[in-house]
Amino acid sequence: MDKVIFEVFRFIPEENKSPYFERFEVPYTKGMTVLQGLLYIQSKLDGSLGCRFACRAGICGSCAMHINGVYRLACETQISLLGEIVRVRPLGHLPIIKDLVVDMTEFWNKYKQIKPYLIHSSSLPEREFLQSVDDREKLTKIVDCILCGACYAACPVVGTHKDYIGPHAFTKANRFIRDSRDNGTLERLRIVGGEDGIFRCHTVFSCQEVCPKDIDPSGSISELKMLTTRLAFTSFDKSKIKV
Amino acid sequence: MRYFPVIVVGGGLAGLRAAIEVNMHNIQVCVLSRVHPVRSHSLAAQGGINGALGNHARGVYDSPEKHAFDTVKGSDYLGDQDAIIRMCNDAPLRIYEMEHWGCPFSRTSEGKIAQRPFGGAGFPRTAYAEDKTGHVLLHTLYEQIVKFEHSSERADIVVLDEMLVTSLVVDDGRCVGVVALNLKSGQFEAFQSDAVIFATGGSGRIYSNSTNALISTALGIYIPFREGAPLKDMEFIQFHPTTLIGTNILMTEGCRGEGGFLLNNKGERFLANYEDSKNAMEVAPRDIVARNIQREIDAGRGFENSYVHLDIRHLGEKRINERLPGIRELCIKFANIDPVVDPIPVQPGQHYTMGGIDTDINGASEIKGLYAAGECACVSVHGANRLGGNSLLETIVYGAIAGRSCAEYVSSLSKTKIGTEIIEARLRDEERRAKEIVSKDGDYIICDVRDKLAQVMAQKVGLFRSESQLKSALEDIQEAREKFAKVKFNSKSKSLSYNYEFINYLETEANICISEVVVRGAIERRESRGSHFRIDYPKRDDAQFLKHTIARYSKGEISLSYKPVKIVKWEPKERKY
Repeated sequence: MDKVIFEVFRFIPEENKSPYFERFEVPYTKGMTVLQGLLYIQSKLDGSLGCRFACRAGICGSCAMHINGVYRLACETQISLLGEIVRVRPLGHLPIIKDLVVDMTEFWNKYKQIKPYLIHSSSLPEREFLQSVDDREKLTKIVDCILCGACYAACPVVGTHKDYIGPHAFTKANRFIRDSRDNGTLERLRIVGGEDGIFRCHTVFSCQEVCPKDIDPSGSISELKMLTTRLAFTSFDKSKIKV
Repeated sequence: MRYFPVIVVGGGLAGLRAAIEVNMHNIQVCVLSRVHPVRSHSLAAQGGINGALGNHARGVYDSPEKHAFDTVKGSDYLGDQDAIIRMCNDAPLRIYEMEHWGCPFSRTSEGKIAQRPFGGAGFPRTAYAEDKTGHVLLHTLYEQIVKFEHSSERADIVVLDEMLVTSLVVDDGRCVGVVALNLKSGQFEAFQSDAVIFATGGSGRIYSNSTNALISTALGIYIPFREGAPLKDMEFIQFHPTTLIGTNILMTEGCRGEGGFLLNNKGERFLANYEDSKNAMEVAPRDIVARNIQREIDAGRGFENSYVHLDIRHLGEKRINERLPGIRELCIKFANIDPVVDPIPVQPGQHYTMGGIDTDINGASEIKGLYAAGECACVSVHGANRLGGNSLLETIVYGAIAGRSCAEYVSSLSKTKIGTEIIEARLRDEERRAKEIVSKDGDYIICDVRDKLAQVMAQKVGLFRSESQLKSALEDIQEAREKFAKVKFNSKSKSLSYNYEFINYLETEANICISEVVVRGAIERRESRGSHFRIDYPKRDDAQFLKHTIARYSKGEISLSYKPVKIVKWEPKERKY
């Protein structure tokens, strides 16, 4: 393979009546990623192509997009695994600002809803909070979330219920609930167990399938459902809720 | 025009930490970042953050003083000792603070923050979270920003992301605001402010073989440099010994700290064959290991004349998954090899900018009201060579210090909100300049000029330097400047909204200028110290060069001068490991 065809979603709301796909021919080199292809287009063919990127190493979460049918990170997707045609579209469910760039305001606002920070009740120790290796193990993987938005775009419930908080935020909530140093479980369960919360999840595992960090947001949602249910049945004695 | 008492430019670790500190003083602060804060390059830091916590069984006799000495020695005695002592003293406090804010550090069997050995350190003092320390630190700080964004206890923290600052406005020697391009709208916006803290990160992308994010260009330091803020020690560029072949993605020093080997094509641990690395072996400091890898490759004992092997197979799958899961993932995704069964192909690559905006020990620059912290600043705590694990530390220690001194400065001002007219005039200048740029119709493609120059820097201003190579690089820079004057703007849409060709234009202009600063400093420094190795002057020369290089910009001209190193405790000695 010495060249690859990129079919790129183009749309500038102020300039175009409707979105379209533009074809670009890109010379292929061994090991080339989808992001490298997009950067080639940007530097040589059309500098106005809008797309986000930063680290190019799968850790900053900027470049999640829909690539040949799957939401994934452009920077870590090898073209050799896709074939000679690469078709890219922006993340779903979010308003388009330009081409592959979407407005993520609602994504961040929903993330903020679940109080995404450590809430500790005890006074601060002089040194670190002690946390056993086993307790730290509960945070392994789940703290890897890079907030790329792939799960959010793939979630069918986000598409049908505008205010659904979303898998990224539930995962973050669970990250803190699992943390032995955190004391905000009840506040967070009240939020995620509410009208726009976890009980709207259809458990179709789209979020789990697309997560580039293999974090399993579906698993987190199930855990939160269990905890919330337990809370409902023991509401007369909150101390009985074990996390 | 919007007004904030303090503006922070950059949303990485140093910028966020500075903003939190200003906010703790109940002063309203606005963070302007070209990307959303959690996309900042700080998160790519893998191995860890240094502090004499004494949590490791072999670290019980560690102390901030020993940490400071290791840092001074690692800097090849070019680091300012007062600044280094301050950083190492503050280290435990700042690391505990991050832990209290929720940072999920890995743990010892006693439940304390886990620490690992790192290059050039006398004790295992690098606190870590697997091999994703930068990622968890950055998310933790952003979480604190969210917590206090609209808190009733304090003034607001405002984060405006995808705002690319293009200009700093200085009025009569005092910093009064910035002009930024709003990437969403494609419009320039003016911001008035009584103080500005620059925390824009490193300039790694002036090199083609950099581990840095694509957004880590010289633009961040070029903006204040152009307004008269001097740069310090820019010729000191760190090359990380182990970057993945092809992409130059970082393979953390933690690989070696955990016990990995460097092997040549005969399967030998070749560091044993070099005088300066035979004792410390794989955990010798970065400058030494990087040079010896390159020497091995140049002598024909590498693979395909371009790399050596980093072998962590003997650690076993369990330990690799536990301590280095991110490295395994990167190798599989980007090099199609699994380090559990294959050695990792690595080569040295540009990694860190030791130099930067010249600041005093409080983060203040020469321009009143302009502060800097993190990789874009040069306090200097890294001198001629940074030790692994000290960059994350610098961001949170000096981020906090710059934030505090900036808050005190702002509180002491009798007149605030000044310079309205000059800021508005600058806004119009920027708009006019942008119109000129997008209508350029010359012969050259902007990215070609940028990429060619970055290759020159990698080839001629790398690990081994000489007067002839450096002078030839200077000519190449001049050629780049001439071509840059004749570029064309090929974007189909001239709107500036997410127009990366326009951003590339600004960055290329900055890269050309800053590359020249690096090369000029390197030519004049006729000695070898830390990362700066001159094959024509292979010895350190304290009599002539135990001093900081200061570069200034005035009317398009770069001039160099020098200033003394602060030696308060340890007299320079030969650097032996």
